[in-house]
Amino acid sequence: MSTSTPAHPAGAPAATGSGASAGTLFGILAIAVLLAAPFGVYPVFLMKVMCFALFACAFNLLLGYTGLLSFGHAMFFGGSAYVCAHTIKVMGFSPELGILAGVVFAAALGFISGLLAIRRQGIYFAMVTLALAQMFFFFCLQARFTGGEDGLQAVPRGSLFGIFDLSKDINLYYLVLAIFVFGFLVIYRTIHSPFGQVLKAIRENEPRAISLGYRVNQYKLLAFVLSAALAGLAGATKVLVFQLASLTDVAWQMSGEVILMTLVGGMGTILGPIVGAAVIVTMQNYLAGLGEWVLVIQGVIFVLAVSLFRRGFVGEVIAIIQQFKAKKAG
Amino acid sequence: MDTVSDVPYIVEASGLTKEFKGFAAVKNVDLRIRRHTIHALIGPNGAGKTTCFNLITKFLEPTRGTIRLNGKDITRTPPADVARLGMVRSFQISATFPHLTVMDNVRIALQRPIGNSFHFWKSETSLDALNDRAMALLADVDLISYAKHLAVELPYGRKRALEIATTLALEPEMLLLDEPTSGMGREDIARTSDLIKRVSEGRTILMVEHNLSVVSDLSDTITVLARGEILTEGPYSEVSKNPQVVEAYMGTGGAH
Repeated sequence: MSTSTPAHPAGAPAATGSGASAGTLFGILAIAVLLAAPFGVYPVFLMKVMCFALFACAFNLLLGYTGLLSFGHAMFFGGSAYVCAHTIKVMGFSPELGILAGVVFAAALGFISGLLAIRRQGIYFAMVTLALAQMFFFFCLQARFTGGEDGLQAVPRGSLFGIFDLSKDINLYYLVLAIFVFGFLVIYRTIHSPFGQVLKAIRENEPRAISLGYRVNQYKLLAFVLSAALAGLAGATKVLVFQLASLTDVAWQMSGEVILMTLVGGMGTILGPIVGAAVIVTMQNYLAGLGEWVLVIQGVIFVLAVSLFRRGFVGEVIAIIQQFKAKKAG
Repeated sequence: MDTVSDVPYIVEASGLTKEFKGFAAVKNVDLRIRRHTIHALIGPNGAGKTTCFNLITKFLEPTRGTIRLNGKDITRTPPADVARLGMVRSFQISATFPHLTVMDNVRIALQRPIGNSFHFWKSETSLDALNDRAMALLADVDLISYAKHLAVELPYGRKRALEIATTLALEPEMLLLDEPTSGMGREDIARTSDLIKRVSEGRTILMVEHNLSVVSDLSDTITVLARGEILTEGPYSEVSKNPQVVEAYMGTGGAH
């Protein structure tokens, strides 16, 4: 079977009945593991994985479930990071308000850039988002409050609601875990909502969705704003973890990295971006000693992933499970 | 509504012209479609049938001319809003949502009028209330046994049936079918033709169709297009005897 559709949502129909309860069980198990994890693994590393996993999940909402390839998501991730870092460090915001400010900024930026980008389709959409993100990059490079090449360093972590001291990694870890689970649930619910059904319809066949009376641009815009806000949530959370907002966060490489994570893990699957983010972040961390070679290895993995597992790691696993089920049934 | 149904024509296009970089795909077409009839648009390849379709449903902006639906000017109305006014189209290549289930395909259409389509915080189980109506629509086109399959897995003829079920879910006043039987085997053609006849009850249908036996069987009025212009118009018995039509059709070898 060779369908020409690029987005292949493996496993979309299977998420009912026994699939749902198995999913709940898996979710509980995963959260239990994550709750215990910081006692076995370096918490800062886990927090970094969760920040990027949330970023990739937010991106996947757009690429995997709406069929829109944004090449400028770094502007939401990094823009929110700058706003969060600035409000906390310079204006003395508490960490929760700093994150909120970052998310609001990302959503607003998403609304404006979304309005401009969704008028175009396919590669032109990607180019408009890239152009806007580049403009934003130069703005951040020139603006005074971003600290230019130095970025904003030594952002105080403060204490959450004035109670929990976030300078302790373990406390921060549980905050990041809560944010990650919250973000993930928002995305999960969005995908499995009446709105999510329309998004999938637009991804599958946009002209047909229009002919059924859907004003598709409004749906795309809302998806874009949601995706931008959640990417912003990830970026702002990252500031607390590393106490840093820098040009790296808004550079186009960051936009590329999130595409890479999503594709390696499996776009259009709910867990794919998480796996992809874990793979890429792990590689960057453990291969850091190899210097520039990390990029080469990353490239090789990407080429291998795209040519061997076209649906990404998770996508392939789902396809195998489905084949197995089909065999058992017929 | 009474005043509206006093208008004998549901669609009135006048002086419709579409130019692509100087080439006129459709030239000065006046098309009027009488309410509650089946109207066929035929003509050799490249005659501008599909362009006409795209213009009437507003998927293309006309270069010149006006279009009225139920007496209301829709020349500048966006395509999604035209669909909301009760005129729903199909496409030449099958218009399903391939990786959604057959049931979900129909539910997408049922979902739109209930107005929760922006609710991203609601569970999709809130759509289960539509299941009975979706099943009834699928029963109408003999697709019950396929309800849980992905649309992409359906045989070709069944995809077209799903398309019609999805369209009917919107309870449109007017259907535009773009080559509803193209690429089908004899059996599927007969079945689709029956289906069209059945759904035309109380509705208006405009279709582009190549299969002349289907056209003669179903349509009340036929408009023949050639090189972007109307050649002639009338019932099959008249149109088929028109020497110009015979020439336009046979001359290109495009007849069936």
